[in-house]
Formats: sequence, C-alpha cells, structure tokens
Amino acid sequence: MSESQTPNPEQQAQAVALGRQNAVGSYEARFEDLWRTLHRLRRSTLSLVGLGIVLGIILMAVFAPYAAPYPEDVDSVHFERVFQPPGREFLFGTDEVGRDVLSRVIFGTRISLSLGVTVLVISLSIGLPLGLIAGYMGGPVSTFIMRLTDIFLAIPPLVLALAVSAVLTPTLENSIIAISFGWWPWYTRLIQGQVLSIKEEAFVEACRSAGANPWYIAFKEILPNCLSILIIKVTLDIGYAILTGAVLGFLGLGVRPPTPEWGTMASKGRLHLPARWWMTTFSGLAIFVTVLGFNLLGDGLRDAFDVELE
Amino acid sequence: MRYRDYLIRRLLYTIPALIGLSMLIFAIARVMPGDPARLALGPEASEEQVQKLRDELGLNLPIHIQYLHYMRGVFEGKLGVSLYTNRDVVVDLIEYFPATFELVTVAMILAVAVGIPLGILSAIRQDRWEDHTTRVFALSGVSMPRFWIGILFQLILAYHLGLLPITGRIAPDLPSPTHITGLYLIDTLITGNFVALKSTLAHLVMPAVTLSLSPIAQLMRVVRASMIEQMRKGYILTARANGMPENLLVYKYMLKNAFIAALTIIGLLYGFFLGGAFVVETVFSWPGMARYGVRAFIFKDFNAIIGVVLVIAVAYAVINIVVDIAYGLLDPRIRLGAEAREA
Repeated sequence: MSESQTPNPEQQAQAVALGRQNAVGSYEARFEDLWRTLHRLRRSTLSLVGLGIVLGIILMAVFAPYAAPYPEDVDSVHFERVFQPPGREFLFGTDEVGRDVLSRVIFGTRISLSLGVTVLVISLSIGLPLGLIAGYMGGPVSTFIMRLTDIFLAIPPLVLALAVSAVLTPTLENSIIAISFGWWPWYTRLIQGQVLSIKEEAFVEACRSAGANPWYIAFKEILPNCLSILIIKVTLDIGYAILTGAVLGFLGLGVRPPTPEWGTMASKGRLHLPARWWMTTFSGLAIFVTVLGFNLLGDGLRDAFDVELE
Repeated sequence: MRYRDYLIRRLLYTIPALIGLSMLIFAIARVMPGDPARLALGPEASEEQVQKLRDELGLNLPIHIQYLHYMRGVFEGKLGVSLYTNRDVVVDLIEYFPATFELVTVAMILAVAVGIPLGILSAIRQDRWEDHTTRVFALSGVSMPRFWIGILFQLILAYHLGLLPITGRIAPDLPSPTHITGLYLIDTLITGNFVALKSTLAHLVMPAVTLSLSPIAQLMRVVRASMIEQMRKGYILTARANGMPENLLVYKYMLKNAFIAALTIIGLLYGFFLGGAFVVETVFSWPGMARYGVRAFIFKDFNAIIGVVLVIAVAYAVINIVVDIAYGLLDPRIRLGAEAREA
C-alpha cells in the first residue's frame, strides 16, 4: 500500500467494496456484530457474574440511602455502640465512633464509582484525541505527542499519582486529578498504535483516495474500529482506577475521613487490629469485589469481542 | 549491528523522557501549596527564620534557576536536604534503597518462578479444572488491593497462627547484619550469620508474597494466552501429526515462546512492583525507600519527593532497557523486525 501509485478506478472500486465488507460503514452489520458479541457474553458464566456485580454496585450507589441499614451513619457518631463485632444488628460491625460499617461500605460505592468513572472520562478526553492526532497525522506533531507521553510513562502510574496527590489537598476531586494525571498517556499510546495499524487497511485507503477529509476519516472510519478495544480497556481500567484511589486513601493521601472511602476506612481500621478486624476486612472486601466485577466483565468482553489486548 | 543501533536509539529516547520527568516532578514539588520552610520550622518560628531558611534552600529564586541549581547538584551527587531527616536526600536513599531493592527482587523472582509454570499448566490443561482454578486465582489476584492481602496475611499467619513475624525486616533483638551490600539476605549469607538469615527470610515471606500476587496473576494470563496461541500454529500441528511426544512439544517449542511472552510484560510489572512497594512497605513497616517516600509525600518534604521519584524512574528505565536487550536475544524476530523498520 505504501508505494503510492495512483490506483485505477477499478482498484478503487474494489477497495471501497472491501471497506464495506469490513463492516465499518454499514449500521446493520455493526448491530449484527454487537448482537453476536452480546450473545457470546451471555454464554460465559464468569462474565455474567461480573456484569451482575457491576450492576449491583451501580444500583447500590444510586440507592445507597435506601440500601444502607443506618444511612445517617455516614457522618454521625454513636459513642454508645463503638466496636460492636459483626452480628445480627450490625452485619459488618461498627467502627471506632460507633458507625455501622456496612452502611459506610454501601455509601462508599458512590465515592469509588464516581472516582473510577471520572478518572476514565478525563483520561479518555485527553488521551483519545491526542492518540488519534498522533497516529493519523504523523510528522513532528506526532513525535511531540509521543515524546510527551514518554515522560509520563517513565514512571509507574501509582508513583506519579502519589506524588501529585502529595502536593494537593486531600479531597475526592484532587484524588481524581492525581490519578488522571498519569492515566491518559496509556490511552494516547493505545489509540496511536491502533490508528497506525488501521490506517493501512484498504477501506481507509479507499476513503482517502475518494478524497475524504482527514478528520472525517479519523473520527468516522478509524475511531469506530477502535471501539471494541476501548470498551474492554475502559471496563478493566475503571476497576484499576478504583484500586488506585483506594491505595491513595489507605496511604493517607486520598479522601479524608469521615468520607466513607474504602481505602481510608481500611487504613483507620488497621489501627485497631487484630482484635477489631472487621473494619479493614470488610472495606477491603468491598474493593476486592468491585474490582473483580469490572475484571470479570472486561475479561468476558475481551473474549466476546475476540480482541487481543496486551 | 543494526539491532545495536536500535537499542542505542531506544536509550536515546529514554534520556529526554527522564529529563522531562525531572522537570515535571520538580515543578510539581515546588508549586505545592503551603510553604515547605514554614512547614519544616513549625508554627513557632518567626517570619525572619522562615525567610532565612527559604533563602538557604533557594526557594526565593525563580523556578527555572532553582531547577538548574538542583540539576547541578544531581551531577555532584546531591539531591538537596530533606526537611524531615535534615540530611541530604542521597544519604537517606543510600540507607533505604537496599531494603526496597531486596524486597522487589525477591518478589520478582517469586512471581516469575510461580507465574510462568502456572501459566503453562493452565494452557496445557486448557478448559479443565486446573485451568479454571488458575484463571479464577488470576482474576482474584489482580483485583485484590495489596494492602488488604497484606493485612489478611498479618491477621491469619502472624496474629492467629503465630507462624511469621508481623512487621519489620529482622527480629528486633538481633543486631543488624554487618553492612556489605545492604541486602540482608546476601550479607548474612556472606558472614555466615545463619540466625540472622533465618530471621530475614521469615520477615521477607509475607511482604514478598503480598507484592508478587498480582504480578503472578498477570504473568499467568500472558503466558497462558501465548501458549494457547502457539498451540494453534501449524508447526505444532505438524510436529504432533508426526508423532512427537506431547511433553517434548511443550518443552522444546512452546516454552521459549512462553518466556518471550512473559518477558514482554516484565518491564511493566517492574513498575507494578515499585508502585506496590509503597503499600507493602507501609503495611509491613519495611524500612525501605518506598516507606521513606510515603513519609515524604505526607510531610510535603519536597526534596525527598523529587529524589524518590527520580530514583524510581531511573530504576524503571534501566530494567526496561535490560528487558529490551533480553527480548532481542531471545527472539530473533524482534531483532530482524527492528532492522526491517530501520531499513
């Protein structure tokens, strides 16, 4: 393809036809693909478990005030019932100021979900356009963007998030900023790589030879082809972003108490080990189940879309 | 020859990235809200004292001049004074780095020694119970927060069963081993101090396992996927059709590919280890660089923050280059591919 001799009309027509076969242009074909994908997803038990967990967490976050047995315990103290072990009244026990751990874990879904989703929205809105530009334009612009991502990728993302959160005041918004700070370059990389390989396909070549606008090609022809890989990556990454947020909280660099953030709760509970084991155990369990849910779902989607992701 | 050029170019990309990172982290650490001098001296100090310290630290200079001063210091082997320990950050890091290096290395060895065989097992017993068990284990491994695993280990193995020490690097009643490398395992082995060696090993088990659990899972997944892909290849089918024994097939052909697949993510995993060390060292009170780093982050000790981040970045860069070299040695296609791209 790279020797750019002018294609004769016959070749052009062939290329366009080939493009259609790749099922990019036609909506029906795309719906059929989606249907098939969902069908494959339905056949795998583990993926369904993942989907169930994720939906459950979302419902819990939305209906937290109704789901929690003691909804007022998010920010009220009850010194008459501190350190109650798990039992009939308090399923997960109570903490050092008498708050019901289960209620706080349930309200924690709001913190963690909004953190995970926002981090991904920010990372995508920075990383995706930059990746498209870097992949499609080439030249000095691309070099500049990719060298810029190199700087951010020169350090493990968690370490960068820790360093950034160290200089900011510990709030949920700042945790989100700190995590996103090192997260977007991964998307720039991913998209750039995808674009580079898709760019050489016949249907893009056909579009180009038909004189389509480069922006049209980038957004309408190339981006839809990255969609499946993006959906998988985002699903998995929401889980990992939640995990990172919990680590920030645990190390005292994330959301401050009394906000019911799981990592912060685990860290507080650690001071009362080993006798009062329930605070740390159950908040950690909540993180584990949530991240597992996103992982199972992401893994299932990967199998369903049949996409290799490094 | 060409491959060497590729590696050199790879190296040349790393240097500007590291310089860029040093600027970035410098800017981040110096723009932080709150006056570090005031923070270091405490609320009792007078405004004059604070100003004097600011002058000494060069905090009143423009930021780019501060950066140049800092970089000149780096080449002279100085990373600036830590506001918390009152020593040069280099001195601190020399003291704390070996503990982290020991922990991360042991965890890495553990991950490779467990992750690759499990991945192979999972692949050759595909869709049987061994495969399902290891896959569930893998997914759980990457989903568990490391601090939680560490704390559960402490609760069960240390508090309840009393099998292992809860925190630290060596029993507190033992003297620290003679300092040769700073790595307790090696130092105790050289000096033949087996009591200390035993204590060191006992202290290492939980932190190292905690740190390696998620990488084990990731290695397993990659190795499994690569092996299964190989099994579908024509050459394996041919060999099998010709009656080559299954074991020989696995050992002779597929193992090398499994190692190559593992190698592709080892560089990335090293970053995981370095990041995870911050959590694990905190949970197990491991006297390493990462715990020093956490303290620096919390106390806004800006020189220590920059120092820790830079040391981690350099370590990460070095391991990634080593991986690249090993990769080229193991897989001629990469070498030739690089040459083809150059041509």
